[in-house]
Amino acid sequence: MKVLVPIKRVIDANVKVRVKADNTGVETANVKMAMNPFCEIAVEEAVRLKEAGTASEVIVVSAGAAQAQETLRTGLAMGADRGILIQCDSDPEPLAVAKLLKAVVEKEGPELVILGKQAVDNDNNQTGQMLAALLGWPQGTFISKVEKTDGSFAITREVDGGLEKLEIKAPAVVTTDLRLNEPRYASLPNIMKAKKKPIDTMTPADLGVDVSPRLTVVSVTEPPARKAGVKVASVAELVDKLRNEAKVI
Amino acid sequence: MNFGLSNEQQMIVDTVRGFVEKELYPHEARVEREGEVPRELGEEIARKCRDIGFFAANLPEEVGGGGLGHLDFTLLERELGRASMALSVFFGRPSGILMACAGEQRERYLLPAARGEKYDALAMSEPDAGSDVRGMKCAAKPDGDDWIVNGTKHFISHADIADFVIVFIATGEEETAAGVKKKITCFLVDRGTPGFEIRKGYNSVSHRGYHNCILSFDDCRLPKAQILGEVHRGFELANDWLYGTRLTVAAMSVGRARRAFDYAVNYAAERKQFGQKIGRFQGVSFKLADMVTEIDAADWLTLSAAWRLDQELPANREIASAKLFATEMLARVTDEAIQIHGGMGLMDDLPLERFWRDARVERIWDGTSEIQRHIISRELLRPLGC
Repeated sequence: MKVLVPIKRVIDANVKVRVKADNTGVETANVKMAMNPFCEIAVEEAVRLKEAGTASEVIVVSAGAAQAQETLRTGLAMGADRGILIQCDSDPEPLAVAKLLKAVVEKEGPELVILGKQAVDNDNNQTGQMLAALLGWPQGTFISKVEKTDGSFAITREVDGGLEKLEIKAPAVVTTDLRLNEPRYASLPNIMKAKKKPIDTMTPADLGVDVSPRLTVVSVTEPPARKAGVKVASVAELVDKLRNEAKVI
Repeated sequence: MNFGLSNEQQMIVDTVRGFVEKELYPHEARVEREGEVPRELGEEIARKCRDIGFFAANLPEEVGGGGLGHLDFTLLERELGRASMALSVFFGRPSGILMACAGEQRERYLLPAARGEKYDALAMSEPDAGSDVRGMKCAAKPDGDDWIVNGTKHFISHADIADFVIVFIATGEEETAAGVKKKITCFLVDRGTPGFEIRKGYNSVSHRGYHNCILSFDDCRLPKAQILGEVHRGFELANDWLYGTRLTVAAMSVGRARRAFDYAVNYAAERKQFGQKIGRFQGVSFKLADMVTEIDAADWLTLSAAWRLDQELPANREIASAKLFATEMLARVTDEAIQIHGGMGLMDDLPLERFWRDARVERIWDGTSEIQRHIISRELLRPLGC
């Protein structure tokens, strides 16, 4: 079974993000970039499937600027076998990424595609679902467990108030929740080996996909600063404020 | 010239940084409070380090090490330097001098050290012989094929966790241009050897939980098989291998300074006094400017010295410059980080007072700042006949 893992290069989750002065986006110049944490979980799961003998090959793929190659190398250092870089001029939108991935899936023929449930930059939470829809494949989102059974996957989803267990037919698309696994550190031997693993580079045109933007960013602003709180003297006052000022009860 | 890191180097940095933040930082406060790393915790760190193939990253692959070059290893040390030494010591980096092991010494010392089965420590200093290494008094006398050792070593870092110690011992004297000097031989001494004792050392202001020990030799009999390298060639052996420890001190100083700086710059951007963020006062912001400039300078000085070693260029002077500047920079940066925090910087709720205390030893061990200046100036003036 081949496993395809689409990954995204984003601003490092530990970096304090700053909005650009002209409100067109966030500052990325001189900012540390890293693999989206949910994508790390996806790579980890694929590598574990390979170690367990369930997967035969793990392919990481990323659509983005040339530097996304560094993120692919990190995936290779975690244990993926090869990489595919779809080089784009700017970060393509979720639908464009889903179309690109569909083309890659048709070319590579994986039985399972594991994506992060969302990227921590734009928090869209769309690509996995769109990809499944475009392919006409079953999808399992926010999974905390995946197991291959005969011709299908037994998955556990994290839903409000509990866990949902489903069986979906292969081939399928799944997206990872935080609790699926704890991603490993890239080991030194794998870091050194990653250099020798192949990365194919292609463009959206090679895949016949139009990635021109369909959305317009109107403005990006900082979230409003949190207002100072107030102390209340009694429960009665608290209830009164919640009811009449905050209007939440 | 290329000042960028390769993909692999960046991944080494990211991996070690991630390891340090996740596996070492959470234990620091406890180690600081208790002055001790529980052995199980140390073993767990070592095991995790082995699992990711980073144990003995400095030793060549053919002996089971990670095979990193000097520059790559220096980057690793820089990131490790961010964490408490009491914990980072378990991120195993056996002494490079073990590569001088010959014959069955490789099986007994080098290979187990690379596998993390045996820990080594290195013993040079004595109560009456610090910088003046060749004035050492701990001496060995030949007795047939054996040597009988008497004397004391002190300030021996992490000998409490060592299974064996690489000890430099006087085995004779010789007349030199600078007067009578000791001839030195390097011995491998197992813990538990009769007549050899490892005792608790002093309580140091720096690196709580990373212990120094006192070694005493009382008619300790060592067979000649315990000699590392050749008889009377210990000083040369040390010079051939121990440059690495100075580079380590420089790199770790840079890492710790960056961590202290991160605290300072974030605090300056948040703390308000007189109605505005203190970073808006030049008195504070210019401190930050000076700090980062000095850290970058020390960083590049250190990396370039390591790069010279990889290129097999002379690097003795450059390593001394890096050690000198990085350790003195660390003292200034940790001091200013506290100044920016005001009183809070002195409290052990923040790690700044610890960084500041820890910084003090860096200017002393592995060759004092004065010895580094001696090395640097000698290299400049000797060729001119001065």
